[in-house]
Amino acid sequence: MSHKLRQIISSVQPEGINQGWSRKSCKMMKFMLLFSRQGKVRLQKWFYAVGDKERKKITRELVSIVLLRKPKMCNFLDWKDFKIVYKRYASLFFCCAVEDSDNELLTLEVIHRYVEILDKYFGSVCELDIIFNFEKAYFILDEFLLAGEIQEPSKNRVLRAVENADALQEENQEAEATRSILEEFGLS
Amino acid sequence: MPVPNRLRDLIRNIRSCKTAADERSIIQKECADIRNGFREEDSQFRCRNVAKVLYIYMLGYPSHFGQLEALKLIVSSKFTDKRIGYLGAMLLLDEHREVHLLMTNSLKNDMENSSQYVQSLALCTLGNVCSTEMARDLAPDVEKLMKNANAYVKKKAILCACRIVRKVPEMMENFIPLAKPLLADKNHGVMLATVSLITEMCRKNPSMCTSFKKLVSTLVRILKNLIMAGYSPEHDVNGISDPFLQVHIIQLMKILGQNDGDSSEAMNDILAQVATNTETSKNVGNAILYETVLTIMDIKSESGLRVLAVNILGRFLLNTDKNIRYVALNSLLKTVHTDMNAVQRHRTTVLDCLKDPDPSILRRAMELCFALINSTNIRGTVRELISFLSRCPVEFKSDCSSGIFLAAEKFSPNTRWHIDTMLKVLTTAGNYVRDDAVPNLIHLLSATDKMHSYASQKLYMALIEGSDFSQQPLIQVASWCLGEYGDELISGPPDGELITVKEDEVLVLLDRILKSSVTNSVTKAYAINAVMKLSVRFPSQRVKAQNIIRLHSVSHNMEIQQRAVEYTALFIKHDVLRSGVLENMPQFEKPSREENGENSEDDDAKPPESEVVIPNSVGQTGSPTQPQSNVDVLMDLVDLGSYATSTYHENNRPITVPGDLDNLLDLGVLSNSDSGSQFPPAPQNINGVPSQHTDSQAGSLQDPAEFSAFDKSGLKISFFFERDPSSNILNILLSARNTTDTSFTDFVFQAAVPKSFELQMLPPSGSVLAANSSNSVNQKIKITNPNHVQPRIRMRITYNCREENIVEMGEFNRFPLYTWQ
Repeated sequence: MSHKLRQIISSVQPEGINQGWSRKSCKMMKFMLLFSRQGKVRLQKWFYAVGDKERKKITRELVSIVLLRKPKMCNFLDWKDFKIVYKRYASLFFCCAVEDSDNELLTLEVIHRYVEILDKYFGSVCELDIIFNFEKAYFILDEFLLAGEIQEPSKNRVLRAVENADALQEENQEAEATRSILEEFGLS
Repeated sequence: MPVPNRLRDLIRNIRSCKTAADERSIIQKECADIRNGFREEDSQFRCRNVAKVLYIYMLGYPSHFGQLEALKLIVSSKFTDKRIGYLGAMLLLDEHREVHLLMTNSLKNDMENSSQYVQSLALCTLGNVCSTEMARDLAPDVEKLMKNANAYVKKKAILCACRIVRKVPEMMENFIPLAKPLLADKNHGVMLATVSLITEMCRKNPSMCTSFKKLVSTLVRILKNLIMAGYSPEHDVNGISDPFLQVHIIQLMKILGQNDGDSSEAMNDILAQVATNTETSKNVGNAILYETVLTIMDIKSESGLRVLAVNILGRFLLNTDKNIRYVALNSLLKTVHTDMNAVQRHRTTVLDCLKDPDPSILRRAMELCFALINSTNIRGTVRELISFLSRCPVEFKSDCSSGIFLAAEKFSPNTRWHIDTMLKVLTTAGNYVRDDAVPNLIHLLSATDKMHSYASQKLYMALIEGSDFSQQPLIQVASWCLGEYGDELISGPPDGELITVKEDEVLVLLDRILKSSVTNSVTKAYAINAVMKLSVRFPSQRVKAQNIIRLHSVSHNMEIQQRAVEYTALFIKHDVLRSGVLENMPQFEKPSREENGENSEDDDAKPPESEVVIPNSVGQTGSPTQPQSNVDVLMDLVDLGSYATSTYHENNRPITVPGDLDNLLDLGVLSNSDSGSQFPPAPQNINGVPSQHTDSQAGSLQDPAEFSAFDKSGLKISFFFERDPSSNILNILLSARNTTDTSFTDFVFQAAVPKSFELQMLPPSGSVLAANSSNSVNQKIKITNPNHVQPRIRMRITYNCREENIVEMGEFNRFPLYTWQ
């Protein structure tokens, strides 16, 4: 840190120009966490390779840091190499890790958009919906974000894709149910 | 085999648990059932079981047994199975697992499935967990899908390409020609994904920017359409048309316009339009403005536009929304180096942000304050920062005090102000002052000879006022000054303002420091040295000083005890030499910043000269007042430990056998061989002192072997390594000799190491290499190697031979295993 300060102070000379951005390697969302006010994880999505132990460690640390923040503070915090953007919706915290050079305000918009889609899908979503249908929450996220990038800017298209896939799943199950009934009667 | 629990029931059961133990037992039982199900190859309920494993995984319990089952689900023909199977693969597997290879085939098949939803599952999984091998295997399939007519599949394929480029940058060649046609697509998802892909390619390979420059006009057109287009329900967010796409395009413009006048000019109008027309009542509008400002400041935009951008930031800074204030500080911090004057205008607002209760904002504001300090505003800014230092959360104190020291070093208007500031920081930040600050400050005090009495009076008063002795750095600096300039403290500064201090009061104060239970051993070491020096500065207090010191010859602290015993011996047996030994230190030179051009990065960080207070690797051996280079060889008497052995290693090699107790005696040997008459024989009782040097040397690996680092045209440079296996620091003792028959002058050795190391070079023992190896220049190099990887050193050597300036370069990487592992 003192080193960083030193750079800031000493790079007032012209050589310092434009170095800040070009060095960054890749820019994307690193992970997204949903957790409750009690610190229970409700959803976690990792967009970069990280081992299980490390995931747990990051989650634990981050949850405790975010829960300690006061409501009036801003929605961003610097944590290790990441910038954390979080927002609380009712009893759930939505928390994303992005690059330092990423647009924090847009990340807030991404979180909000995800909440809106969940809300539309479940019809005024609450924590319980996400607990009991966690896989659905994942499916929705997978239609909205991919590889840490925004995949579809239109709410309706995301919803339509998830609903169509749901329908396909049900068709599948119905066909199966019919088949097993037929089998029972020895009619297959 | 009973029908397994439903997922819903499991969740309900877990939620109804009253205690953590209940939860654990339910989960254990469930896991056992699931494993049984898996073992019996129950394909009917596999999907349900894997879903349960995923829930259990989310609660933080072990879930490895679900990995293979998830893969089995993937190859099932049922969509439900596939959907859960791929979800499981994304959650449970990370790319290091070998099972990953098994997935590649399924992915390949499913990407060609007739259902777009199955294709989507495969692409989604690939995009989120793609490993290097997968990237290589599946890139052609992804490329094919990028040409697919179906926008739903296409956008996913493009983002997969994005991930592939991230993993294996050289694969990007295949995707480059696709970028332009894809950008012409009407579908926003496809456009957005393409912009992300181009951005990623440019980031991974900056030379790509040139080939994508031709797309600038297309980007401008898309952006213009977005702004001009009326309300479109599909992509509207609070009255703004597709902000996600807008921000991404503006981001890409930043990359393409950097250092390119033509592209920048092409973007000028549209950026101005976005900057003036974007509605800012909502967060989303500010997100676009924020990105626009960053782009304007980073490309070669017109000056009018830059003014506009900085004004937007100024407006942001006054916004009531904390988030907006945060991004304002953040972007000012990024632009401060390009547009110092523009940012300077907002200095007062930034200083106000130091009163914010939010640490995220404080951190940015503090950094920005430091960046804004210059010689005209330093007084005011530092005043604010010191008051910030007194009230800020503890995690800021160290950084803040280091920052103030640095800024003062750079811009201080005069030395008196500098010393006052330094003192204020020491008293305000107390023990949060970093260790390296102490030698830096001592150096500063020594170098400004007119201020000695002023400084020591101020420090003395500070000690008297804060009499609880809790602030170690302050006491250390003060003790050093009192010892060194005790006489000037008593006589006062020449321009009046005299505080009357009695000689014995000073000693009483130091005595209290030594006896206090609050002061740490480093501080005590400073204090005992000060007492010793005062015995010369105040001849009338000789007996008192001797008594104080003798008292500590039974100290439980090894370091203090040893010093006390040695000093007592100096009093009793070698009193003639005492005044010579304890003479004033030669004044340090002013730190010159351009000394070591090559390792400038580390250069700033090292204490400017000589004063190495706590050599981490060898415990607390160093005497705080021991000059390393400034030659006062006599001072080595105070330090029998590592310095003596390391600096004179070359001359006395036979005795520095690891662990050899005789080490302690090498002072004696030294005095015989080097400068006999000046030295007394080693005090006898030193052998009786259970010295910690012995321990530390036995513990450290010290190799008597010499490594030739450089040997060219008669100049020979050798390295000796010394390292305590438990620490990250490797000490290199460098010894240079001249085997030619003409002497070399102005010998300078510079070194650089890769970024992952830290380099610190202590000053050399001299700069002249006499002919025929008749002397040697020794220098100590410290390398901090936190990752334990093999170090590399690049060397640059300059010297003068027969009026000719010679520059040599070299590299050394033959570090033996024990020096870094």
